[in-house]
Amino acid sequence: MSVDKSAKPGKLRWGELDEDDGEDLDFLLPPKQVIGPDDNGIKKVIEYKFNDDGNKIKITTTTRVRKLAKARLSKRAVERRNWPKFGDAVHEDVGSRLTMVSTEEILLERPRAPGTKAEDTKIAGDNLAQLGKGGAVLMVCRTCGKKGDHWTSRCPYKDLAQPTETFIDKPAATETAMAASGATKGAYVPPSMRAGAERTSGSDMRRRNEENSVRVTNLSEDTREPDLLELFRTFGPVSRVYVAIDQKTGVSRGFGFVNFVSKEDAERAINKLNGYGYDNLILRVEWATPRTN
Amino acid sequence: MRPILMKGHERPLTFLKYNREGDLLFSCAKDHNPTVWFADNGERLGTYRGHNGAVWCCDVSRDSMQLITASADQSVKLWNVQTGAQLYTFSFNSPARSVDFSVGDKLAVITTDPFMGVTSAINVKRIADDPSQQSGESELTITGPAGRINRAVWGPLNRTIISAGEDCVVRIWDSETGKLLKESEPEVGHKKPISSLTKSADGSHFLTGSLDKSAKLWDSRTLTLIKNYTTERPVNAVAMSPLLDHVVLGGGQDASSVTTTDHRAGKFEAKFYDKILQEEIGGVKGHFGPINALAFNPDGKSFSSGGEDGYVRLHHFDPDYFNIKI
Repeated sequence: MSVDKSAKPGKLRWGELDEDDGEDLDFLLPPKQVIGPDDNGIKKVIEYKFNDDGNKIKITTTTRVRKLAKARLSKRAVERRNWPKFGDAVHEDVGSRLTMVSTEEILLERPRAPGTKAEDTKIAGDNLAQLGKGGAVLMVCRTCGKKGDHWTSRCPYKDLAQPTETFIDKPAATETAMAASGATKGAYVPPSMRAGAERTSGSDMRRRNEENSVRVTNLSEDTREPDLLELFRTFGPVSRVYVAIDQKTGVSRGFGFVNFVSKEDAERAINKLNGYGYDNLILRVEWATPRTN
Repeated sequence: MRPILMKGHERPLTFLKYNREGDLLFSCAKDHNPTVWFADNGERLGTYRGHNGAVWCCDVSRDSMQLITASADQSVKLWNVQTGAQLYTFSFNSPARSVDFSVGDKLAVITTDPFMGVTSAINVKRIADDPSQQSGESELTITGPAGRINRAVWGPLNRTIISAGEDCVVRIWDSETGKLLKESEPEVGHKKPISSLTKSADGSHFLTGSLDKSAKLWDSRTLTLIKNYTTERPVNAVAMSPLLDHVVLGGGQDASSVTTTDHRAGKFEAKFYDKILQEEIGGVKGHFGPINALAFNPDGKSFSSGGEDGYVRLHHFDPDYFNIKI
């Protein structure tokens, strides 16, 4: 940008300059120059204009002109390209921005990964109604048991159904039996307790966790699992050691569990270590009672 | 792809049409000014001012010199494409719904809505070479179908007229005598009003979209059902790729319920289906309202969609679109 005040002829006065919006002064400006496009497609356009302060400004615009490779345009279409604008398009404001290129990249979203079967879509698709239409009926009304017609909340027989049982704190065993027998009742049934679920493996897993489990309390804060392991392994093979750690503070909560492989070893450990002084504290070691719920 | 957004219309779009070479795109909307755009960069070339109501449909002559528009102001106007000048006005006594030039541009079929006791009708007008010699006389008037006739197009060799509308039936009429030749059977046909109809590039078959959430592909001569595409939203607009075996369905929930639900629930994507396997290929999102109009560029490399949101979105396909495998 070059500013050149001296180029203004002396007979122009300030007052005139303010009123004129620059258009009348065009004759004072050098004509627009277009250089190129050269071999690299670089085109330079040099324009001159007055800015708000009445100073002359040189504007150089450098653009790259790209030729579309093998663009097959009909002669008529090329002709139409140069048609003058008409209707409302004639007086279009530069700032109106009727045509914009989306800032967002829009993709043709595939309903499923290419090469997979159609059935997969029906499961992966976000539309639940579509799910119902699939081969496997997933839409099962829990109130009337009708398949593929409506969801439980939309059941026309909702009012006729028995009220869902209020929650009663029952022992786990009876609840399991009840849930297995009456799966159509409204109460939530965990997947592991549903009819047909492989119950044996699940409960076996739990039993093993509680087998020969010894609870150790009044542990010092510094005690960690390896320390407990060292203390208890002298009585026999240990299958699990656990020290409760406060999740917020990261320090030991002062108790832990040790699981022995054999019951005799556990018994001996309780007899020996209950009341044993460990790290300035007297340990309390006893059978871990299984949780009641 | 990065679509080009064209915001020339202030009201919902109703119809989109490319000219034969695919360099111009004509858009009609419920505002009164049909607009023409350059189809490559989306620049507005001009508007056709003169209608006094929603413009429902348009067609452009093969030489891209004449445009015909059907409007709810009970008129059909012929325009000079280049200058935007009105050439002729056909007046009716009810709103005009659809318009289609015959092969050779000598005839135009115009459908009019039922209105104030007037029944819906299909009118055939002769288009004069010289607009000053144009007359408003109908060559043929067909009445009979109940409800609106949403679309009527010319069949092969201009011998028949194919119509579809609110009574859910696709009909084929003799274009000389106005006799009903064939109609779709209720068992195979649409169950709800047919909203759109588009011919294939060669005219041998055509696609209808309906509010019964399906689109059907028919043979133009025998009116046998060839294919059925089911979707999960009412279909407002259909288009067929002239290049690949793809069909595009556009639609979405009713415009009146758009603001009451999440925009993801609206299903405002343009859905691509394989024409032969009837399987969904993919969806193109973007509109904030139902899609009312769809058109494929005659070269098959771009398509545009017009929505209830007033935008025309012009999509130029990415190169990988052309090798999509199911």
